[in-house]
Parts: sequence; structure tokens; C-alpha cells
Amino acid sequence: MKIKVNKKILAKNEDFAVANRKFFKKQGLFCINMISSPGSGKTTILTETIKLLKNKIRIGVIEGDLQTEIDAERIRKTGAQAYQIETQGACHLNAEQITNALSKLDLEKLDIIVIENVGNLVCPADFDLGEEKRVFVLSTAEGDDKCAKYPQSFAKADILLLNKIDLTKYLDFDIARVKKDAMKLNKNLKIFEISAKTLEGMDNWLNWLLKSSKKK
Amino acid sequence: MHEAAVAENLLQSIIAASTEHSDKKIVRVVISCGQINAINDEAMQFAFAAVAEDTICEGAILEIKHIPLKSQCRKCKLEFDFDFYSPTCPDCDSGDIAIGADAPLLLEEIEFEEDD
Repeated sequence: MKIKVNKKILAKNEDFAVANRKFFKKQGLFCINMISSPGSGKTTILTETIKLLKNKIRIGVIEGDLQTEIDAERIRKTGAQAYQIETQGACHLNAEQITNALSKLDLEKLDIIVIENVGNLVCPADFDLGEEKRVFVLSTAEGDDKCAKYPQSFAKADILLLNKIDLTKYLDFDIARVKKDAMKLNKNLKIFEISAKTLEGMDNWLNWLLKSSKKK
Repeated sequence: MHEAAVAENLLQSIIAASTEHSDKKIVRVVISCGQINAINDEAMQFAFAAVAEDTICEGAILEIKHIPLKSQCRKCKLEFDFDFYSPTCPDCDSGDIAIGADAPLLLEEIEFEEDD
């Protein structure tokens, strides 16, 4: 005997994602989901972004890592709120974890929630967390072939932050190639070239973040 | 290895859909996925076999259908199945492609063992 089901396998995650999205809208919170490889500089981008926008907007961070509070502590040192999710080995965050983490933050004191996903270019792409915008971080040291190798993640992003551009002079990293490859996969992708260390190009990213969060 | 998380969610979906037939063993499960899901068949089979142990799905055959992603070249208007690993028009090589909507991860069908 056969039965037809035709139900979404990740329906439970989607239900939580839809609820999160509704909640963010109601609270007037702008939420972004940051995805990248380990070591691309997500946490440094965040600490510098928080410091540079300190008097303009209040940012809280939900950190995802397999283990340790290291990243959340780095965020807290800036004075911002941070909650660490330890996935105990899972390679991505899911929407239910975000729902639970939201109760750990003082949301009345926040304008923006940044979810720093587990460093991984494959698995987080499939899990909607309820974010409004998805930000993909690619650092120049990783090589300029990542669009070709991990196209699904590029296809689902809204913003591409090309980080560590201060290092391009030491590397064979073709920025034009990455931009061209990325645009083939995703016509609507916005690309910012930045260095969170030298702060080069950070203005464009900060302006986008401020403008997007104020639209809420 | 997001296949492990997909397999766990799949098992829950199967159990939820089988409540009326919970006394029967499941022999076959059909799922379908889109291109962005990036499901690797080998990893998915491995993960499903692992989560299915000691459940009504133990030993069930998993059939995975990959649904093509329809697209059209904006330059020469050719319609073709989009390949993320070769994102240009197979005819005129243009990179200006209108990519259609990708199929979701779906539990399509469950087959139970026949009564004797």
C-alpha cells in the first residue's frame, strides 16, 4: 500500500522561520543571517560594525558555533548584547534555536539582530532562520573560485561582503572574477568590498545596514 | 553534511504521516529535492539508514528524485535546466539567465508492507 504525502521535509524549520519573521516585524527588528567559511572574519566585521555604529544603532548578536563562548565574549567586549548557541557538532543553525535564543536577549534595547551562523558554506543555505536579509562573507584569502564551488550559498544571499581586501596585493584573488561569477548566480546580489581590519570600504556596508534597518 | 539534519526531519515527517498505519512496516520512501538543496545521494542514504535504525523505517528503500531547475537565456531565449556548476547558456554562453523557482525538499510518497 502506498500513500501520497507531498509535504515539505523541513516544514518544522519553516514554521519556526515564519514565526520568527513575523516576530521581528512586530518588534521592529531588522534581522540578518551571516554565512561564511570559518575564518572569513565574520566576528571581526561585527565587532567593528558595532563600534562604528555605537551612537547610531543598537546591534545584538546571536552566535552559532559547535562549541565555546569565544565569539559571544568578543561581541560583549564591545558593550553589545550577545547570546551564544553551541550546536554540539551540528553544522548549521535552525530556526527553532533562534526562537529560543531571542528570549535570552533584551530585545527592547535592540534595533538589529545579527545571527552569525556556524562557519560552513554548504549546510546553512538550506535553513531559513526568519531573517530579512542574508549576508554572505567571502574573504580574499579563501580564493576566488568559491562561487563556482559553492553556488547554492551565493544564489540565496542578498549581500556579499568581500572581506580582507587589504590582502589582495599579496594574493592571487581576482575581485572582478568573483563579482562576475556571483552575478551569474544571483542578479540581485549587492556586493561590498571591505576590510574589517583597516576599515577600508566599511562605509558602504554601514550605510546599507543603517538604511535597511531604518526601513523597518 | 546537512543531510543528517534533513534525514532527522524526514523521519519525523514520515512518522507524522504514517500514524494511521503505525502497525505496518515501511518498505519504500520517495523524496524529491531542488538544486539549491544540494542533496548528495550517498550522504543522504547513509544518514537516512542511520536515523531509521530501530524505527518503522528500518531497512526501507529511499528513492531520491532531483527536480531540474528551469531557466531561460535572456539573450537567445533558449530554455534549459540550470546547472549551478555551469551557470551559462549551453547554446550562446551568455551569463544573463532568468532562473526559475527551485523545487522544495518534499516527502512525496510512503509505501508500506503488504498484508499477508
